[in-house]
Amino acid sequence: MAVYWGAACGGCCVSVLDVHETLLTVIQHADLVFWPIALDTKYADVEAMEDKSIDLTLFNGAVRNSENEHMAHVLRAKSKILVAYGSCAHMGGIPGLANFSTKEELLSRVYDESPSTVNPDKVRPQHEYKVPEGTLEIPNFYEDVCMLDQIVDVDYYLPGCPPQTERLVEVFLAIVSGAQLPPKGSVIGVSERAQCEECTRIKSDNRSVDRFYRPWEIEDDGVSCFIDQGVICMGSATVGGCGVRCVKGNAPCRGCYGPVPGVTDMGAKIMSTIATALNAEDENDIIKAIDSIEDAAGTFYRFSLPASKIRRKIQ
Amino acid sequence: MSNNKEEIRIGVYICHCGHNIAGAVDVVGVAEYAAKLPNVVISKDYKYMCSDPGQELIAADIKEYNLNRIVVTSCSPLLHEKTFREATTKAGLNQYFMQMVNIRENVSWVNENFDDATEKSKDLVRAAVQRVAFQRALEKQKVPVNPNVLIVGGGIAGISAALTMANAGKKVYLVEKESTIGGHMAIFDKTFPTLDCAACILTPKMSSVKNHPNITLWTYSEVSNVEGFVGNYKVQVTRKPRYVIEDLCVGCMLCVEKCIFKEGKFPDEFNQGLSKRKPVYVPFPQATPLVAVIDDKTCIHFKTGKCTQTCKTACDRNAIDFDQKPEIKEIEVGTVLLTTGFQAFDAKKVPYYGYGKYPNVFTSLEVERMVNASGPTEGHVLTREGKAPKSVGIIHCVGSRDEKTHKWCSRVCCMYSLKLAHLIKEHTGADVYNFYIDMRTPGKGYEEFYDKLLHEDVHFIRGRVSEVTDWITSPEEEGKLIIRAEDTMIGMVRRIPVDMVVLAVGMEPRDDAQEIRKMFNISCSTEGFFLERHPKLAPVNTFTDGVFIAGACQGPRDIPDSVAQAGAAAAEALVLIDSGHVELEPNTAYIVDEICSGCKSCLNICPYKAITFDLEKNKSSINVALCKGCGTCVAACPSSAIKQNLFEDVEIFSEIKGIFVE
Amino acid sequence: MQEEVKNNNIQTAKAWKPKILAIFCNWCTYTASDLAGVSRLKYPATTRVVRIMCSGRLDPQFILTAFSEGADAILIGGCHPGDCHYATGNYKCLRRFHLIQKYMKQMNIEPERLRLEWISASEGKRLAEVIGEMTETITKLGQSKIKQQVANIEK
Repeated sequence: MAVYWGAACGGCCVSVLDVHETLLTVIQHADLVFWPIALDTKYADVEAMEDKSIDLTLFNGAVRNSENEHMAHVLRAKSKILVAYGSCAHMGGIPGLANFSTKEELLSRVYDESPSTVNPDKVRPQHEYKVPEGTLEIPNFYEDVCMLDQIVDVDYYLPGCPPQTERLVEVFLAIVSGAQLPPKGSVIGVSERAQCEECTRIKSDNRSVDRFYRPWEIEDDGVSCFIDQGVICMGSATVGGCGVRCVKGNAPCRGCYGPVPGVTDMGAKIMSTIATALNAEDENDIIKAIDSIEDAAGTFYRFSLPASKIRRKIQ
Repeated sequence: MSNNKEEIRIGVYICHCGHNIAGAVDVVGVAEYAAKLPNVVISKDYKYMCSDPGQELIAADIKEYNLNRIVVTSCSPLLHEKTFREATTKAGLNQYFMQMVNIRENVSWVNENFDDATEKSKDLVRAAVQRVAFQRALEKQKVPVNPNVLIVGGGIAGISAALTMANAGKKVYLVEKESTIGGHMAIFDKTFPTLDCAACILTPKMSSVKNHPNITLWTYSEVSNVEGFVGNYKVQVTRKPRYVIEDLCVGCMLCVEKCIFKEGKFPDEFNQGLSKRKPVYVPFPQATPLVAVIDDKTCIHFKTGKCTQTCKTACDRNAIDFDQKPEIKEIEVGTVLLTTGFQAFDAKKVPYYGYGKYPNVFTSLEVERMVNASGPTEGHVLTREGKAPKSVGIIHCVGSRDEKTHKWCSRVCCMYSLKLAHLIKEHTGADVYNFYIDMRTPGKGYEEFYDKLLHEDVHFIRGRVSEVTDWITSPEEEGKLIIRAEDTMIGMVRRIPVDMVVLAVGMEPRDDAQEIRKMFNISCSTEGFFLERHPKLAPVNTFTDGVFIAGACQGPRDIPDSVAQAGAAAAEALVLIDSGHVELEPNTAYIVDEICSGCKSCLNICPYKAITFDLEKNKSSINVALCKGCGTCVAACPSSAIKQNLFEDVEIFSEIKGIFVE
Repeated sequence: MQEEVKNNNIQTAKAWKPKILAIFCNWCTYTASDLAGVSRLKYPATTRVVRIMCSGRLDPQFILTAFSEGADAILIGGCHPGDCHYATGNYKCLRRFHLIQKYMKQMNIEPERLRLEWISASEGKRLAEVIGEMTETITKLGQSKIKQQVANIEK
């Protein structure tokens, strides 16, 4: 078994540990052959493995540079089952928000503009750099952030930021027990319906929203549906399975679990729902109400921009 | 359905529509192109797809090639969708497996470049071929038709339609805004070209309406709300208070006589303001119902509360009730006929003709009243000074055929101007001048009437009048109004001094037409008259099923045409009623329970309140009988749990993709 | 992949004309489109009409799909405010339209590429004018790059 991280925050890797002692059960059944956050296996070691010699690879993180891509190809070749683990591998996730910017915009922000950067010579990272000892190489930084299946064939998706580890254990045990696995391409550990089904907040029969607020702008009453209170919640467009974790913690759903089956573009769908919920009829009132939505695209595509119909900012 | 792994076998048919399509699109090329598209088994072009042989071609191919999807590429589905659906049904295929592509109204008639139009047609055909594969078999929903009918507007069109429907045994509600029925026709003295007395032919019909057991007549009433759909309309009618109890009043006029006002003081609307009436009045002797009405804007009781109410005491039947309140009537009808008529063009809008400025400039309606024996002047044509005019000028096309006012021809003005010329000549012996642009007399006996006038010593000057003025240039023009007009026959500008000017005002949509239109969910054409479903083939139908239009609310027309249209509209309504039910398009929305999460996003957005929440299932549910199929909830559902028959997401997506992806 | 791009460019050089998806409501704008036809008004062959019953059926997914499949622009046509055949569907369309515009701004898609017009059944002339104007605007703006950029992942 292998665990790899691409463009990710590391949370997914840590979440593997959320299984606590169950990890010991896992280890009883499988050797961890590759897990950069915990083991010192080199890429060369993996490259040297025989094809299909890894039973299960959990790939977390998006593909953002040549290193991520290289390892995606390597792990695909070496693994019997490749799982896109977590929102970033599934839909691009938070790193996917970089698709709102061009590569140049990102580099210039980081190396020129950010207030804490002192870089009078405008030094930029080079793919290759000659030093007396030879040539140094760092991975190529890509223009676009991709989700895993835009690069390699993926067997299963386990969504979430981070995923529910119980689901991981279920999958693992299913594999080792030789049980009937779900059809290839399945999203594992999700409901057929949106979050609202499990959400216990009270939804109004007469929804009518004047404007939208950011969560800190209102005092959440703790019992009413966030949208009814004018706070954007992605729950109605997000497939269930996480146990409505965010809303139970009194934070609106951010959509990390991805769309309900049958929806082609979850951001577009929630945009439709949110806009429809407004009560303004006069065009100026409508524009004003829409203006109250901060960072619309970023909110609606917080985890799914690379997976969306128009997966990046147009240049 | 496609995911049943049923093999999709599509037949594509490209119509030439004679030269209408074939002249602007390479129909053969489109057919050849379509033949190569996925799932297309057969592709043909044909001269007239809508003809019987065209339809039979489809039916034969369905059988021969075992087709299960049909794409007809011809004109607008709004015109022939029904035709081709029926053709599909006849061959034993569900009619909703047929998709139309509009390459006539949307392509050949509007796009000039042959190659571009052909390219566009191919794109549209490709889109339809992709869409049709996903279409599903659907059944029309049958709903019963309430046999009662509502007719709005009690002019000649409404009266005729009401009598036709009532004689056919249907229950008719006739709603009229004014206190009497009769409309504009009641104002006229004689009717062209036969010079029948208008009242003599109209008033018997008015009393038939009043006495007909199948007609409920509500005058002084307005429709205030309409709900429902074809066959099942719920209508609210507000009966305005006339302060006279209709059932008690016998029209004896005693209240009018005993009114505290000894003389009439307020402009009499019926007589076009040429006489005065009291606050309590009966508009004209043959008013139907013959019931007095109290105008609360002029009655002292309502203005100050300090009237001795002599009218009330005079009425021995206690019919006067100052406390009357608006009364709301709720009725259920299956069909609606709108016969709301027109309004005359306001002559003040063309100041250069001097109406309102020069006392002796009259409108045609004023003269209609003057020549009427029971009118304000008892049939004498008189100037404001009370003298018989020695010369009269009639100006045609006032508010018609004019870029500055209305572009349309009002169709009746030439004929009624001829009629008025005849009557004025007959009543006064004056010199009568007709100023016309073109003399338009198309109608049975109309041209003959014009010919008759030509021999009656009436003057005809062909040319538009530039102005009416009292600015005189010679002593013989003293005290006269001067009509300045170009005489195009002799090619010079003439000045004709006259004692009286008659403005032949045109017909325009009523000010409240927009309100009515919105209430009944129909459309207006550019100029504001109600829009018919098809100018030739469905002239009394509207785009809202079960709502029909007749008379001058649809466009300028004369009495014979209005009556004919009223008959047509009545016949259309009778078809619906007698068939007993209507079939509704199955384009309703439905909820897939397995997907609905119960988020309630759809609940408050349905304008028909068709969506309710099933607490037990914790899911929304749609009442198909109430759903009208707009699809608003479908788009708003964040889970795509709501779908719409005929307009499924997958159908629209494949259509869009089909347009762009070759 | 590069060759594909090349081919595209050649096609572009030949004679690019904008392709505009027109999504029209059945009762007003589609009828106006028929009227324009019956009146034989002329306008450029740039639009491809998809008919929906009400502009309230407009799903933002339609817009995004059309853009990603190669639409240079999208024209939505509905009934005038207050005139919707289904009472209020057009208001819902208007709200979605403005939110999509806001999204488009963040995606750096020119706002002109999505236009909403209220065109009543009687306004065939208006329809022809709008298509004419829009064709001109989009021609000036040039071919949409969305399809190509969405299809080709840049590394």
